[in-house]
Amino acid sequence: MNALEVKNVSFSYDGKTNVLDNVSLNLKKGELVCILGVSGGGKTTLFNVISGLLQPQSGRVLLNGEDITGQTGKISYMLQKDLLLPFRTVEDNAALPLIIKGTKKKEAREIVGEHFAQFGLDGFQKKYPAELSGGMRQRAALLRTYMFGGSAALLDEPFSALDTLTKSAMHRWYLDVMDRIKLSTIFITHDVDEAILLSDRVYLLGGKPASVTDEIIIDEPKPRSADFNLTQEFLEYKRDIISKIR
Amino acid sequence: MKEKLQSTINKALPVIVALLLIVGLWVWLCSSGAVPKFMLPSPSDVWNAFVGDWQLMLKHAGTTLAETFIGLFFGIAVGFLAAVAMSRFIFVRKSLYPIIVISQTIPTIAIAPLLVLWLGFGMLPKIVLVVIIVFFPISISMLEGLSSVDKDTVNLVRTMGASRVQIFRYVKLPSSLGHFFSGLKISVSYAVVGAVLAEWMGGNQGLGSYLAKVRKAYSYDKMFAVIILISALSLLLIWLTGFLQKKITPWEKINDSRL
Repeated sequence: MNALEVKNVSFSYDGKTNVLDNVSLNLKKGELVCILGVSGGGKTTLFNVISGLLQPQSGRVLLNGEDITGQTGKISYMLQKDLLLPFRTVEDNAALPLIIKGTKKKEAREIVGEHFAQFGLDGFQKKYPAELSGGMRQRAALLRTYMFGGSAALLDEPFSALDTLTKSAMHRWYLDVMDRIKLSTIFITHDVDEAILLSDRVYLLGGKPASVTDEIIIDEPKPRSADFNLTQEFLEYKRDIISKIR
Repeated sequence: MKEKLQSTINKALPVIVALLLIVGLWVWLCSSGAVPKFMLPSPSDVWNAFVGDWQLMLKHAGTTLAETFIGLFFGIAVGFLAAVAMSRFIFVRKSLYPIIVISQTIPTIAIAPLLVLWLGFGMLPKIVLVVIIVFFPISISMLEGLSSVDKDTVNLVRTMGASRVQIFRYVKLPSSLGHFFSGLKISVSYAVVGAVLAEWMGGNQGLGSYLAKVRKAYSYDKMFAVIILISALSLLLIWLTGFLQKKITPWEKINDSRL
């Protein structure tokens, strides 16, 4: 069963030059799929189309079989910048998607509060984002994305602004959390290692205009250990992907 | 606690020293006879004038403060609404913004007598002048705040399905509070002066009219006393604004301390 399906999407900003050309991909329930491509290659544009911020010239976006092309409020989104609102506490930031849907503030806080421990944020409910480290802020942003409660989430290079050590710690944490919450996710990255480590499948997005040039299945059981990126299989995947990017 | 006291002293000490020097110079000018007494009253004369007339001054101060607060209230309301309208509709912004800027080049001292002429000797012309003065910094700084909201954040909240009103309420409005308070501090410091100016031009209520009266009587000691009272009221309002800002935007303090 596909949670999300992108069918033959083409998009251009000016009506002449296509940025996306006939892009098709799918996301199964509970799956983590990665879109790998160079920076400025149309990945973020693709996400803006999927999330409904941009209306594609042709093609459709289906969520659980329902056409949601050009509709916002269906799929949650997380960016490289955490975009936590500096004037809301961590719990109120995480509760924002619920509040927007009409949940009462007190109730929304209670619902959100149940997940703080799971996201490694316990004790930080009443803190402001400025009081948190970069890694913590990304966790809070991910919690907010999760609280949106949609059946699919889009993560746009969520860890790329972090330093290497924080990043690998976040990968370990992320694999662990994902194993428990089973959120169907599409993940953008330009980091080959990250793509192999985290995802079930990798789509290569390339060319101008951008289209899906290849699909690689990472056939490794989950949860993966953080040492996976030191194994021979990992290197095989990496060699394969790099050769296909070129 | 001890550290806090220490930092307060460190902050206040230079100002206190400077003030003492000025007052010292003032006392010396009067007592040495360098400036004749009828031109510059000594600090003790001013103090005596204040003590002798304080009930009357307080009554006038009440009027002035009432005008200031009513004017502030409506000035903030109008400035806020104008900013929201300008940020929402480009047409409103393009037509209104230049007019607002031009209106500010007209000296308030020229408007004040006109307002008295049109609106009489009561509180109304004073309130209107305060509104005119307060309106500008509020609307401009609010507009700046509303326009500088991060576009990605707005998009993010849109993907959550937020309506225009919700985006305004949860993102734009709280994001502009810092700008709003910067504008308010400027507004507040001019508001009292504006009310006093309008009172000076006509009527018999308020510190401004009292000021005009004692000037005509050449009671410079009383003039000085009123001037100091007006300054004190302005300072009090500025402090109150700062206090409100800290209460309403507690996160700003944290953000500042990390810079």
